Amino acid sequence: MALKGLDIFKLSPKKNCKECGSPTCMAFSMKVAQGAVSVDACPYFSEDAKAQLNEATAPPMKTVKIGAGENEMTLGGETVLFRHEKTFVNKTRYAVSVCSCMDDAEIDAKLAAVPKVDYERIGERMFVEMIYVNYDAASGKDKYLELVKKAAAVGRVLILGCDDADVAKEAVALVKDAKPVLNGANASNYEAMNAVATGAGIALGVQGKDINELYDTVAALEKLGNKNLLIDAGSNSIKDAFATAVQFRKAAIKDGDRTCGYPSIVRACCLAKGNAHLQAALASLFTMKYGSIVVLEQLGYAEALPLYGLRQNLFTDPQKPMKVEPGIYPLNGADENSICVTTVDFALTYFVVSGELERSGVPLNLIINDAGGLSVLTSWAAGKFSAGTIEKFFKEQDIEGKIKSRKLVIPGKVAVLKGELEAKLPGWEIIIAPNEAVQLVKFMKDLTA
Amino acid sequence: MPFTAKSGKFNAKINAVTMGTGDKAITIGGENVLPFYTFDEAIENAPKVGIEITDGGMEAEPECIQKCYEGCASVVDMAKKAATFEGVDFLSIRLEGGDPNGKNKSTEELIALVNDVAAAVDLPLVVCGCKNVEKDAELLDKAAAALAGKNAVILAAKEENYKTVGASAGLAYKQVVGAESAVDINLAKQLNVLLTQLGVSGQSVVMNVGTASAGYGFEYVVSTMDRVKAAALSQSDATLQMPIITPVASEVWNVKEAAASEADMPEWGNQEERGVDMEIETAAAVLAAGSNAVILRHPESVKTISTLVKELV
Repeated sequence: MALKGLDIFKLSPKKNCKECGSPTCMAFSMKVAQGAVSVDACPYFSEDAKAQLNEATAPPMKTVKIGAGENEMTLGGETVLFRHEKTFVNKTRYAVSVCSCMDDAEIDAKLAAVPKVDYERIGERMFVEMIYVNYDAASGKDKYLELVKKAAAVGRVLILGCDDADVAKEAVALVKDAKPVLNGANASNYEAMNAVATGAGIALGVQGKDINELYDTVAALEKLGNKNLLIDAGSNSIKDAFATAVQFRKAAIKDGDRTCGYPSIVRACCLAKGNAHLQAALASLFTMKYGSIVVLEQLGYAEALPLYGLRQNLFTDPQKPMKVEPGIYPLNGADENSICVTTVDFALTYFVVSGELERSGVPLNLIINDAGGLSVLTSWAAGKFSAGTIEKFFKEQDIEGKIKSRKLVIPGKVAVLKGELEAKLPGWEIIIAPNEAVQLVKFMKDLTA
Repeated sequence: MPFTAKSGKFNAKINAVTMGTGDKAITIGGENVLPFYTFDEAIENAPKVGIEITDGGMEAEPECIQKCYEGCASVVDMAKKAATFEGVDFLSIRLEGGDPNGKNKSTEELIALVNDVAAAVDLPLVVCGCKNVEKDAELLDKAAAALAGKNAVILAAKEENYKTVGASAGLAYKQVVGAESAVDINLAKQLNVLLTQLGVSGQSVVMNVGTASAGYGFEYVVSTMDRVKAAALSQSDATLQMPIITPVASEVWNVKEAAASEADMPEWGNQEERGVDMEIETAAAVLAAGSNAVILRHPESVKTISTLVKELV
C-alpha cells in the first residue's frame, strides 16, 4: 500500500515555497512517503489530493473500536493472511448469544453463566468478552429492551442483533455510552440503520442474503460515508459463512478491495444448529480463518480452555516468544521438601516440561528461570541461562530460604553446567535430566523410587 | 456491482494418495486450493477422519472412551466396534506398548495383534509406532510385511530410521509411508527428499509434520502447515506436495485440560466434555491449517469432525 515519494510529488503543489520546512516539494514528498512528516504540514496541498493520498496510504483493513472504558477493544486492522508473514494484530473475540425469544429462566441462566469463565493464561485474561442480544420480532419490542438492559448489567460489550431500525434506535439509546455494536443492516434497511449507528457513533454490522448482496450493501453504506462497519458472514450455511469470511479477507489484503476491508462477525450459534460439539469445531475454524467476533450459544470451560489457548497461540507475534512468569511452580502437591527441577521461561518449554512432570506424578518444585523467553539451548547460547544466571535467580527469589530440598534437576541439553553449578550453589546436588521432555516421566519416577 | 473474487486456485496440486483397498479404500489430497477453499475450485477428496485404538486395549483409554467400547473383551473387539462408529473413514492402531521405556512388549506379540486387527476390519489401516526410533524401525518393518497387499499407512519413518522403515514399507511391501518431522518445514522437506532418494515414490508418501494441542505451541503447527501448503501449491515444490495426516488423539488426551479429573478441577466441569472439545477444536484447527486427514480417539469427536468436513466440502 505504501505510496512512493514520486507518486506523492505528482499530487504536490510543486511551488517549492519551503513553508513546510523542506527545501523543495520533492524533498517534502519523500519525507511524507517515509512517514517522517504529515502531509498536513503543507498549506497548499489540495483537499482532493489529500483525500487521494489518505485513501492510498490507509491500511487494507479498517481497525474498528468497540466498547468503552476498560471494555474497549479493537477489531480488524489485519495486514496479512498468514501469521508467518507478519503478525495477526487484533485477536478474535467471543460472544455468547441471548435472544428475546427465550423465556426468562433461560435468559437468566445464560447471563449468569457468562462471568463464570474468567481465568488467566500466560499473562492474558481469558473471559467471555461480549454478549450478543438477538431481537425476536414476535416477542415484541418491550421484551427486547428489557433484555438489553439485563444483558448490559453483566458488564460486557453488547452486540445488538436487530434489523428493525425503530427498535434498534431505542435499544441503542439505552446502552449507547457503552459503545455496543449494532448488527443487522441489510439491503432493505441500511439507510435507517445507518442513521441509528452513526447517530450513536457505534459500529454497524452488515448482512446480506449472499456474498454479492452483502458486498453491495457495504458499498452503499460506504457511499453514505459510514466506514465504521463489520461484516456479518451470514447464517445460510457453514460453507457460505466460511467462503465469505475468507474471500472478504483475501480481497481486502491481497487485492486491495477496500469494501471488503472490515472486521467480521461469525454467528457460529446459528450455523451449528444446536449441535454444541459442532459449534466448538466452528469456533476453532473461525478463529483460524478470519473471524473477528465469533458468537456462540454457550461458552463454558470445556469449549473455552482449548479455544482461548488456540487464540493465544495464533495471535502471538512470531518474532516475540511467549514467556511464562519466572518463579517456583509446585507440581503434584509438592512442598518445601520436594525435589527441584529447573528450566527456562519459554512458554513452549514450560508447557511441554510441566505437562510431562505432571504426568510423572512425582511431587516437585519446578523453578522457572528468567531466560528472556528463549528455549534452553538458545538462552544458554545467548548467556541468559548459565550457572551464573541460575545462581543469581536463586538468590533473587530466595530459593534456599523457601525450599529445603537440596536436589536440583537441570535440563539434559545443558549438562555442561553441572560442574559450575556445583561450585556456585554449594550444598546442592545437581542432577542431569534426559535430553527430551518425553523421557521425563520415567526419569522422575526412577529418580524418586 | 457484485463481489468479484480473484480465483485462488493454483497450477500445482497436492498428491492424491489412496489408503486401503477395495470398497473401503479412501483417497486423500489431490486439491489445488488451500484447505476448504471450495469457492476457488471444488475439492475432490474431502479430508478424512480416522479413529485410534492402541495395543493397550480398554485399560489404555480414558474412562469416558472406555464406555463407548462397552462389552469389548479384546483389542480386536474394539477395532470391530470402532469401525462401526459414525464418520470413521479409517482405523489407526498405535503400538505404544512396544516402547522399551514402557511396557516393552515384544515385536512378535504386537505384530500378531496387527494381523488380528487387519483380519477383523476392512477399513484402511494406519499403524503407528511407539515413538522409540529403534524399536519403531523393527516394529514398523514387521508391520509393513504383515500387512502386505493392504495398502496401509505406516506411521512413521523419521530422520533416524527412515532407511529401514522407508525401504520396508515403501519399497519391499508397497505400503504408504508416513514421514514424520517435528514442526519445521525444512525438516519435513528434507525427510521427503531422503525418502525419495531411497527410491520411495513421492506419490506414496504422506506427511506427519508434527502437531500439538491447541494452546501448546500450536502456532508452530499452524505456521508449518501454512508454509508447507504455500510451498507445495504456489511454488510447485514437489518435495512438499504430499498430503498431511495428523495424529491429534495422541496429543490432546494428555494435556491437563483433558486429563485433569473433575475432582481436581471442579470449576472446569465435566472431564469428558473437556477432552472431547480439546480434541474437536484441535482437529478443526489442524484441518483449517491444511491436514488432509486427522486421527482422533473419541467417537463423538470423530462424528463431529466428519460432520464439519461434510459441511465444508
